[in-house]
Amino acid sequence: MSALSDYGWQIFAVSDAEVRKLRHDSVELVTRAVQPALWLLLFGQVMAQVRGITTQGTNYLDFLVPGILGQSVLFVAIFYGINTIWERDMGVLHRYLVSPAPRSALVLGKALSSTVRGFSQAMVVYVLALILGIQLSYQPRNIIGVIVFIALAAGLFSTFSVIVACIVRTRERFLGIGQVLTMPIFFASNAIYPIHLMPRWLQIVSRLNPLTYVVDALRGLMLPTTVSRIGIPTDCAVLVASFVILVAIAARLYPRMGE
Amino acid sequence: MATVSTREPAVVTETLSRRFGDLIAVADVSMAVLQGEIFGLIGPNGAGKTTLIKMLTTLLPPSSGTARVAGFDVVAQAAEVRKRIGYVPQLLSADRSLTGYENMLLSARLYAIPRRERAQRIAEALSAMNLTEAAGRLVLHYSGGMIRALEIAQSMLHRPKVLMMDEPTVGLDPIARRVVRDRVRALRATLGMTMLITTHDMGEADELCDRIALMHNGRIEVTGSPAELKAQVEPGATLDDVFAHFIGVEIQPGGGYREAQLARQSIREHR
Repeated sequence: MSALSDYGWQIFAVSDAEVRKLRHDSVELVTRAVQPALWLLLFGQVMAQVRGITTQGTNYLDFLVPGILGQSVLFVAIFYGINTIWERDMGVLHRYLVSPAPRSALVLGKALSSTVRGFSQAMVVYVLALILGIQLSYQPRNIIGVIVFIALAAGLFSTFSVIVACIVRTRERFLGIGQVLTMPIFFASNAIYPIHLMPRWLQIVSRLNPLTYVVDALRGLMLPTTVSRIGIPTDCAVLVASFVILVAIAARLYPRMGE
Repeated sequence: MATVSTREPAVVTETLSRRFGDLIAVADVSMAVLQGEIFGLIGPNGAGKTTLIKMLTTLLPPSSGTARVAGFDVVAQAAEVRKRIGYVPQLLSADRSLTGYENMLLSARLYAIPRRERAQRIAEALSAMNLTEAAGRLVLHYSGGMIRALEIAQSMLHRPKVLMMDEPTVGLDPIARRVVRDRVRALRATLGMTMLITTHDMGEADELCDRIALMHNGRIEVTGSPAELKAQVEPGATLDDVFAHFIGVEIQPGGGYREAQLARQSIREHR
């Protein structure tokens, strides 16, 4: 029992430290807000005029909003691993690794903290939707659902990012590979166009892509008239399972950064 | 059983080795650090001091041989070892984006120090390191000596049996060095902690350490108290003479680009 509560506190310790850093310097949160704004205000406005994108009764801009939220959570989380490399170079990482905290608690703590960045992106997207006059669902049940899926998405992609960092080990290589990974995850998903428009092979790829499940759930939860196509319980199960696997892998690779 | 365990050395290694590819960083090191002593590992850059200390802190698995710290095996019982050691790495382990207090809080939580004791322990450790007033400031604005003091405070918060410090005074100015040394001595006097320190500063080793092991090319060349080692060389010898006698005075290869870069980076960051 006390081991379990220690475990919880250790996750909280790592996460709280990260959140405090954001509080000391929140410039990052502000600059991150620019990207979803550009996608919705520039890309979305133009693409909404394209008649070829059939979104099954949903207005394209409405369709786009949950996609851009999923995408911006991805973009923020996918570079999270650079912190791991930076902490290794500085020596901060060694302090974590010599502590008795289980390695999975360290990884989970980092993942949890990245959800805060995800939530700030969500707030930006909701404000933009309000400005654009897009009707979103504000039912408490749906809002809670959105929070859960953003937390899952941020945790999942940031843990994936930590794994990549543990493999490539240097900042230069990480930045290069980060760019290479982000675009396929984004484009091979349902974020900015429906899957049924894709060629068959890409449809299969997109069903293996966690972002597809994130955006599918967000659409069902955020838009009052759209239902999830995959089903929210399935979305949730797929994401939780992927997250657990990624945490297990990251917990094994993370200690190698201290060597 | 109890009497045996209290007599067990705080750190004991047997033919401990670590290879990186073809390079043998630590070769067959067998040594013992007695409880309560300040033990110095000295040697030139690239001698294997950091690699050895990383194995003892469970950060790096040995290639062969065994090591026990505070009575537990560093590989099979790594979690038990971690509960009982403090480690001050050569690099900057305090997070510069947090305040001194927040760094302490993070450590206290990672070591699962009970909540009711936490505030008092943090206050005591900060005060012992003379950081009470600076605790609310970001570490970014600390001097090098203050950062080292904070790192030592973080490392002793859970009252470790063995405190390991890798080059604790590297990159510090003479006054900060003196302050760190005084604090280390005070810690030993008040808490009776065993300490393992690496350094390439002979004066520091002479002044601080009860016993010294001289490392060279991954091996321990000689072990003894500073006085014993000096007596082995010639009457009136200094530790520098001991160093020259056992290791020679030519510049040694080794250390490597990355190590040199990190050492200089840590010096720059300390200013």
